[in-house]
Amino acid sequence: MKFTLSWLKTHLRTEASLTEITDTLTRIGLELEGVEDRAAALAPFRIAHVVEAVQHPNADRLRACKVDTGAGIVSVVCGAPNARAGMKAVFAPPGAFIPGTGITLAVGNIRGVESAGMLLSAREMGLGNDHDGIMDLPADAPVGTQYAAWAGIDDPVIDIAVTPNRGDALSVRGVARDLAAAGLGVLEPFAPAPVPASFASPVRWAVEWPEACPWVLGRTIRGVKNGPSPRWLQDRLIAIGLRPINALVDMTNFFTIDLGRPLHVFDADKVQGGVLTFRRGAGESFRALNGRDYTASTEDCVIADAAGVQSLAGIMGGEATGSDDATTSVFIECALFDPVRVALSGRAHQIHSDARARFERGIDPALLPAALEAATRMVIELCGGEASEVVGAGAEPAWQRTAAMRYARLASFGGLDVPPDEAVSSLERLGFAVVERGNAGVRVAVPSWRNDIAGGTALDPWPELPEEKSATAAEGRAEIEPESDLIEEVLRLRGLDSVPPVSLPVNGAVPLATLTPRQTRAALARRTLAEAGLAECVTFSFTDRAKAALFGPVPDSLRVANPIAADLDQMRPTPLATLAQAAQRNAARGWPDGGLFEIGPGFLEGPSQRVVAAGLRTGQTPRHWASPARAMDAMDAKADIWSVLAALGVPMEALTVTADAPGFYHPGRSGTVRQGPKTVLATFGALHPRVLAALDLTGPAVAFEIFLDEVADPKRRRRAAPDLPAFQPVRRDFAFLVDAATPAESVLRAARGAERALIAGVALFDAYAGDKLEPGRKSLGVEVVFQPRERTLTDAEIEAACAKVVAAVAKATGAQLRN
Amino acid sequence: MSDDLQTIQADTETALAAASDLRAWDAVRVAVLGKNGTLTQKLKELAAVPPEQKRERGAALNRLKDSLAAVIEARRTALEEAALDARLSAERMDVTLPPPPRSTGLIHPISRTAEEMAAIFGAMGFAIAEGPDVEDDWRNFGALNIPAHHSAREDMDTFYLAAEGRRPVLRTHTSPVQIRTMLGQEPPIRVIVPGRTYRADHDATHSPMFHQVEGLVIDRDITLGHLKGCLIDFLRAFFGITTLPVRFRASYFPFTEPSMEVDIGWNRRTGELGSGGDWLEILGSGMVHAKVLANCGIDPRVWQGFAFGMGIERVTMLKHGIPDLRPFYDSDLRWLRHYGFNPLAPATLHEGV
Repeated sequence: MKFTLSWLKTHLRTEASLTEITDTLTRIGLELEGVEDRAAALAPFRIAHVVEAVQHPNADRLRACKVDTGAGIVSVVCGAPNARAGMKAVFAPPGAFIPGTGITLAVGNIRGVESAGMLLSAREMGLGNDHDGIMDLPADAPVGTQYAAWAGIDDPVIDIAVTPNRGDALSVRGVARDLAAAGLGVLEPFAPAPVPASFASPVRWAVEWPEACPWVLGRTIRGVKNGPSPRWLQDRLIAIGLRPINALVDMTNFFTIDLGRPLHVFDADKVQGGVLTFRRGAGESFRALNGRDYTASTEDCVIADAAGVQSLAGIMGGEATGSDDATTSVFIECALFDPVRVALSGRAHQIHSDARARFERGIDPALLPAALEAATRMVIELCGGEASEVVGAGAEPAWQRTAAMRYARLASFGGLDVPPDEAVSSLERLGFAVVERGNAGVRVAVPSWRNDIAGGTALDPWPELPEEKSATAAEGRAEIEPESDLIEEVLRLRGLDSVPPVSLPVNGAVPLATLTPRQTRAALARRTLAEAGLAECVTFSFTDRAKAALFGPVPDSLRVANPIAADLDQMRPTPLATLAQAAQRNAARGWPDGGLFEIGPGFLEGPSQRVVAAGLRTGQTPRHWASPARAMDAMDAKADIWSVLAALGVPMEALTVTADAPGFYHPGRSGTVRQGPKTVLATFGALHPRVLAALDLTGPAVAFEIFLDEVADPKRRRRAAPDLPAFQPVRRDFAFLVDAATPAESVLRAARGAERALIAGVALFDAYAGDKLEPGRKSLGVEVVFQPRERTLTDAEIEAACAKVVAAVAKATGAQLRN
Repeated sequence: MSDDLQTIQADTETALAAASDLRAWDAVRVAVLGKNGTLTQKLKELAAVPPEQKRERGAALNRLKDSLAAVIEARRTALEEAALDARLSAERMDVTLPPPPRSTGLIHPISRTAEEMAAIFGAMGFAIAEGPDVEDDWRNFGALNIPAHHSAREDMDTFYLAAEGRRPVLRTHTSPVQIRTMLGQEPPIRVIVPGRTYRADHDATHSPMFHQVEGLVIDRDITLGHLKGCLIDFLRAFFGITTLPVRFRASYFPFTEPSMEVDIGWNRRTGELGSGGDWLEILGSGMVHAKVLANCGIDPRVWQGFAFGMGIERVTMLKHGIPDLRPFYDSDLRWLRHYGFNPLAPATLHEGV
């Protein structure tokens, strides 16, 4: 909210400096957004009298002037066409900084004539774009006076951010009250004397929807002469960014800002039927004062006359009954509205008005009569006329309530030991009235304007709470919330910086583990993948629906209803969907080779989500003089999975890989990693050419997903004694000829199982298919390690073991030993 | 020494000198000391020497044998060393060649910051809590004292999913995990919640997805003083500035009371933290609102505490002087290599965060 310093001082008697005021505002929760102190930049500029202006002897376009600055006569060379003897102008002395040109003036000599200053245009002062000539001031402008002060633009404009709970601070008076309570001055009294009634109001109120409008007052003033409002009022409105319209409208805007009390004025002669009714809308359209048409629904509270809707209550008035220069009789509306109703209507119609901002935060329900008197006075003062009786409908709601605070809680909750007298005095300065005071605490009456204190709004408890627990908690809340409200007020005024910080007490010298085992697992996977050469990315959880669909189901339940961009409209099924796009962007920048990974959510129907460690390697391995570059292939992705699963303690020999990976992979170059028949730990493979094409990604590109949630929790077990046999192992190589379609894993598994007690390891060291073999066959070179335990093996025993390996592999896969 | 022996010695020495490799050397050795070697022959002939000369002749032969054996062995060593020198010389490589590339990956700055937060808050006894990105309306708003009409809902620019009925939201803050935690366990509670959050806002300083860390402490005797102590302790440790100025300002959040914005001291012009006389807003905090406790079935007469929330990207940018927000999510390899962290140097307190 914006207001000027002088406006503030109409409510606050203070000697405090601008800086003291703005610092205090921030400290007490009315955060300073900015101060526009136009006077500071304009300070050196004073009103001067041009005594003489003659043609410059050496320059056609310049004039040599003698200027009376109020402190003496100086010579000034001026290029403005309108510089003439006898005029009043704005003078800048040497040393002044000119905002419009960015130059600091110095005494100069222009073609033989001294120039000790400058006569300024509006643009040079930073006051608009007028550069037709120097500023031509009225003849009565006082020479030597600061221009800004004379022009009334020396008033600093203060802009504060008002939090949603502080409707009362959306007014100059409310801000003044807080500052006074914080010790910065004295709040000026506000008690407008009633204006006597001269006649019966021709317009009356009817309330058909008291929940939306519990109370309204109004008054007709006839014989007014509308027109531009006086300069002081226009200056204030302009300073805070409001456009003056006419005296009647400006008056309503003034009270909206001054008291936080929005008013509306109807042209009484335009109101049809003499009754203004608060009721639900019924689908009628009306044109609001902003020139737009709105259709009022049954959820909107409207003000209607016999001709129809004339105002959206509490939000914006209508054009048809608005006041203009021809208005001679005006009806002032001073109403109280349900904040929620105003908020919902304002949101539904997307109207942001100063009135709505105040009504939806809740305005002072007791202020109506005084505000109406003040408004009546101002109308008569500005426009003349005489006032009718006050007409009303509804009644002042019962807003009165109390709140209690135990002094000890200031320390035991607020952390600051405040002497009781000081705490009570703070509350009193804010308008709280002591109802009852004891040794341990105080009960105060809450002022009408503080609807944020002890408001008693409804709880919204978890529906599955046990009834007793819920009831106890609700009781506790009823007791604690008002107390916290009051503690907050006391601490706020003292400044929260005065609360001494206390380090959290520790439960033991050494804390327990911070992460759960699952969280640790994700951290370990992250480090493992980064160590394997992949760069960690963080990509958006939502992406383009069509691109997401390349990687999995895109149910409507995971579509973003209000995406911020058309290509961010679907929750991704897997981080691969966004990582692949990241790889494409890198390739487009000229970096086609590289590896990316992300550990983040993949979203599934439900909606539910799972943590996926996904990675992508694209392009070639690095070129090097000793080893040629090669294209990434599915095995690179599998190796990444193997690194992670091994790091996470997965029993690697228990894993199987099946060739049934999801459809976004190349069907012949992808696999699913399983542990047991049900658990899928990971998928990997080359990306499908169609996916590459759809993403505009030039291959090769291989990817993997590891489903970290599926990895079993590590068991905390004591390790068994290590197996350290005393005898050397024996290694034998076998070359098995098998069908090309035979999975290598089945050969290795059969070999491993051939003689469990003796075989300590099986490794594939060669795989060959080519013209030395008959078509459809491949050769697998397998090394088997036999580990004797009792004694060295004899040749015969080794031969027998080898025969078992050959037999087992042959039985499982039909393999023959290659000669 | 008799002539014949002198001849053997002289011939052998000549032959050894001429032997330029081990093979030639071995021929010399065999020719002298082999089964039919010249010296061996003389030893065999010793039997035929008259007894009176035998002793002297035997001694001379043995002296010669020892002497020749030493000379032969010395020559072998010399030849072997020469051969090794020649081999090593032949094996010389260009040691300025680049080694095989071993590509190292990187940890994203957001992960790094989350890890540092875990380390620092962990030392203060916090655990890490988590919750889903897709939330129901009640946990994201209602339970946190943000009723349907509350202006805070508009401020938060909520994303909704297109599901039927009560539409789920993408959580606008990590605060719903406060609710999940309070419903899921009995106090005392001490958790932080790092995670993804979403708001419909996209410009140079706002991203529609970003990260927050939430903190929640509930116990019997936790005061606003603890809130301040905890956050000051954290901020000073995180930024590594033991004298970092920290300021608390009254503010408003629906789910805390009293509420405070927290500023740290910095220099607006240079961006340097810790001095300079300017203030930078860095996080929001407050004592947990009695309504929030009661909504979760916790009696605010017995339990009280504080909560806070801060942007992970924001503190990361400040700590490391990263000027722009948007590259955090762009996965530009050049940016990642520049700002990423070594995976083998995780954030630990004993090594320093």
